Amino acid sequence: MSEYHIKGTTGEWEVVIGLEVHAQVTSNAKLFSGAATAFGAEPNSQVSLVDAAMPGMLPVPNRECIRQAVRTGMAIEAEINAWSRFDRKNYFYADLPQGYQISQLYHPLVGEGSLTIEADEKAGIPDDKIIGIERIHVEQDAGKLMHDQHPTMSYVDLNRSGVALMEIVSRPDMRSPAEAGAYVRKLRSILRYVGSCDGNMEEGSMRADVNVSVRKPGEELGTRTETKNVNSVRFVMQVIEYEANRQVEVIENGGSVDQETRLFDVASGTTRTMRSKEDAHDYRYFPDPDLLPLELDEDFLAECRASLPELPDAKRARYEGELGLTPYNARELTAEVETFARFETLLAETAQATGKGEKDIATPVANWALSVAPGVMKSLGEDANPSNATAKAQARILAMQDKGEISGGQAKEIYEIVLRDGGDPETIADEKGLKQVSDTGAIETAIDGIIAANQDKVAEYRGGKDKLFGFFVGQTMKAMQGKANPAVVNQILKDKLDG
Amino acid sequence: MAATRAASARGMSVTREEVAKISNLARIRMTDGELDRMVPELNKILDWVEQLGEVDVTGVEPMTAVIPNTLRLRADEVDAIPETAGGRRDDVLANAPAAEHGFFGVPKVIE
Amino acid sequence: MTDLTQLGVKAIRDGVAGGDFTAREVAESFNAAVAGASALNAFIVATPDHALSAADAVDARRAKGEDLGKMGGVPIGMKDLFCTDGVQTTAASHILEGFVPRYESTVSRKLWEAGAGMLGKLNLDQFAMGSSNETSYFGNVSSPWRKEGANAAMSPGGSSGGSSAAVAARIAPAATGTDTGGSIRQPAAFTGIAGIKPTYGRCSRWGVVAFASSLDQAGPMARSVEDCAIMLEAMAGFDPKDATSLERDVPAWEAGLDANLKGKRIGIPREYRMEGTDQAILDSWEQGKAWLRDAGAEIVDVSLPHTKYALPAYYIIAPAEASSNLARYDGVRYGLRDLPDGSGLQDMYAATREEGFGDEVKRRILIGTYVLSAGFYDAYYTQAQKIRALVARDFEEAFASCDAILAPTTPTASFPLGENSDDPLAMYLNDVFAVPASLAGLPAMSVPAMLNPDGLPLGLQIVGKPFDEQGVLNAGLAIQQRAGFDAAPEKWW
Ligand SMILES: [Mg+2]
Ligand SMILES: [Zn+2]
Repeated sequence: MSEYHIKGTTGEWEVVIGLEVHAQVTSNAKLFSGAATAFGAEPNSQVSLVDAAMPGMLPVPNRECIRQAVRTGMAIEAEINAWSRFDRKNYFYADLPQGYQISQLYHPLVGEGSLTIEADEKAGIPDDKIIGIERIHVEQDAGKLMHDQHPTMSYVDLNRSGVALMEIVSRPDMRSPAEAGAYVRKLRSILRYVGSCDGNMEEGSMRADVNVSVRKPGEELGTRTETKNVNSVRFVMQVIEYEANRQVEVIENGGSVDQETRLFDVASGTTRTMRSKEDAHDYRYFPDPDLLPLELDEDFLAECRASLPELPDAKRARYEGELGLTPYNARELTAEVETFARFETLLAETAQATGKGEKDIATPVANWALSVAPGVMKSLGEDANPSNATAKAQARILAMQDKGEISGGQAKEIYEIVLRDGGDPETIADEKGLKQVSDTGAIETAIDGIIAANQDKVAEYRGGKDKLFGFFVGQTMKAMQGKANPAVVNQILKDKLDG
Repeated sequence: MAATRAASARGMSVTREEVAKISNLARIRMTDGELDRMVPELNKILDWVEQLGEVDVTGVEPMTAVIPNTLRLRADEVDAIPETAGGRRDDVLANAPAAEHGFFGVPKVIE
Repeated sequence: MTDLTQLGVKAIRDGVAGGDFTAREVAESFNAAVAGASALNAFIVATPDHALSAADAVDARRAKGEDLGKMGGVPIGMKDLFCTDGVQTTAASHILEGFVPRYESTVSRKLWEAGAGMLGKLNLDQFAMGSSNETSYFGNVSSPWRKEGANAAMSPGGSSGGSSAAVAARIAPAATGTDTGGSIRQPAAFTGIAGIKPTYGRCSRWGVVAFASSLDQAGPMARSVEDCAIMLEAMAGFDPKDATSLERDVPAWEAGLDANLKGKRIGIPREYRMEGTDQAILDSWEQGKAWLRDAGAEIVDVSLPHTKYALPAYYIIAPAEASSNLARYDGVRYGLRDLPDGSGLQDMYAATREEGFGDEVKRRILIGTYVLSAGFYDAYYTQAQKIRALVARDFEEAFASCDAILAPTTPTASFPLGENSDDPLAMYLNDVFAVPASLAGLPAMSVPAMLNPDGLPLGLQIVGKPFDEQGVLNAGLAIQQRAGFDAAPEKWW
């Protein structure tokens, strides 16, 4: 399935999706005040006079928030506007103390950019696809309303009020829930690489306004709805699924889609009109007269650029090209900051332990990191002590394996012991006898015995039945109780059989 | 000034309905009597400011900073200046008409 | 002993420092004067204890031989637009009635640190919107002045009308004012005192209830140019809490005072010769030129071609900003809350704001909301900001051929309270000469010049280049010395 279409009674419908992602900028203090941003504090304990919009209070922008937004813009290869402005978006709501949100409409900090979502056949994304990003602007978060604490009152907590957000506005370039999901995941990955947002969707550090419309393929854009504050990839996909089908049904039943703001109901997986935002808004945007134009100089921009890390796409390409990893391994290892960080540490440690170059050992390290180690961890379950899973210990196991001192199976066994009980991998290998025999004498003896006992097979082999080589390997390993170094076994067998 | 021309075509005057709409946008409740009084007053002022349309502003950028000055940025430090620091819930709630359990109380909102 | 209330800032400061009298004696005298002047309605609340404890602190410092500060021992009036820690701050509105900030505005804090004390919070036009002090929720302020042979209550000007009335009546030696479109200069002119609005960004706006952020500037109001220089030095200075604050040192304005204008060129803007300007005003302007010429200045003709459009542009920009700045008065976090039975959040907002704001404030919020609303923003707001740029450019070009500009402060002298209150537009015209300098962010001052034939004070205005408060003060001083204005209102209150 290459194209996602909704089948209606009147034919197929295409879904058009744009996302406005609000990402909380990682900073110590708020965008315009010195109050802290930590999650989960006591109500109104991280609120300054500025955040509470007391009379006469004024905003002064936090450099780090601007810097992080610029770095994010650079990471999506966007145009950075060295001249930008803050505007006020005026509306009345209990979570908005000033009666306006300081945001950027007319001159955002970051202009046009893009990101690429990767082909994922299974998810219905046949090819890599570039998703346009219209802009990133910086704005204040609102406070929080609590509705269930009092029978007739809502409670207002302003801890979040004034926390810096980046609003990342995509082009309406997505055509399926899967593409939207991939977009959010990719964006999250980039933000976390850059360090500009922790990407924690449960805590609300990242949430999406999902704009959905439907149309017959090739027709004009339909009327869109905006479902606010959707806080997981799965929910984003559910919203699209639900909204697309709902809109098709509305239109096919002779109705028309209202351009409106909707809310997602997690329990039912449906969306509904947001009652509090019913009246048509006229936000009366205008430049915030408390703030002058924001002008960024060359040094500031240069520092932002210089401090950017290697980004997911570049890293993936390097893993494939330089380290020779498979596309699958490269993609898996670069998806998350933690994953690549763990891999790169282990790779460096292993290179040191083996004395080899990173590219020479990258593939076994990648396999270890992606499948062997997690497998051992999983099989141990509760018995594993994750603090024993140090890069050093794993590198030493990998080095032993690389030198042929232990087999793959022994590596797993040793790691299992390390994870469960701790301890030094080499000592464990010695004490538990988890070592391969590379002693040619012992192996030769075993092989000689096997050749003598299987003269008929030897003849068949020599007669051209190459496949029998595996039989001799198996017999040898069995005779050595699985502890022979397979490379040595192979070599000696070859010499003796072919010779 | 296209919009002014458009507005002039309608005599640049606001109707009662428009004033009612604006007062709703501004969240100022107005009685019928107040509306009746406000409409001609606003129109008089709007008629008067209409003369701005005479000015040729070709190539003029709207003013952004009255005195040449650029935006200063603050260091990312928590509570560096006491007056703009957090952690002063009592001060923040001191004047609230309804403060309960550390929150501001408002009439129940249905979202 | 002399009546201490007849003394100004410099005389009090120097007298306290020199031991001629104590700061406490000064504070007590003025506290008594304030208490005896309730008929003026200049103060919303009196704070005699604040004045006394500040005075005692100064006296104690003097006893220890410590520095007394630039304003050591001077009790002042504080316009009730400045938030004062522990003292009700209302902006003369019902919506902030009872609001007691737990913080101190930067300007007032600086004044206290300089040794000043507070006599009380001064009445003003509600949210500083008005030119006659008739829009205060706490009632009109009466000017201490009356027309000769009449006893109609006269306007002290606005919005800093409590400030001007208090200083003119000698119940405060000086007061803070704020100027958005003339709110220091116009009331100063109406009451025969001096007042300066510094360059935009000189005085921190932190803790000052905002009217129109791109225009609001605090400044001193006092009886002499010297007193203004002293007090402005104490008020001004960089504040990291205000993003529009100027990162510049405060010059020693008092020490730099010099009435010799030799080599200075003073521009006379021809567009300020407007129809409807009182003959007496035009005469005073002529007299002003003669005084400045006498002080050594060369008088040159300059042109400010967009003058006519400054006022209407102001009446778009200021209300637009105000409509947004005043959105925070919503009954949630402080101030008035009107919650009719069974009403929801949005009803509460609408009821609170109906109840809490006066007519002029509502009018401006509505105008501001309208000019920012969809479809009108460019025609009104953007156009006004372009014209504002042209007004500023006019000044820049004029300053290529002069050092400062001399103009009348107002088109008329003070008028009886109630005379213009039915006609907002007529009221707005009061600021026709004051607004251009506000739009351009320039330092501008009004100094008393003379009395008109009705016996009412007239002021002259000096507008300077950005950051050149010194030039403005010096030209003001030259006028002050030659005008010899020493008229005082006859006490009737
Ligand atoms: Mg949105
Ligand atoms: Zn947003």
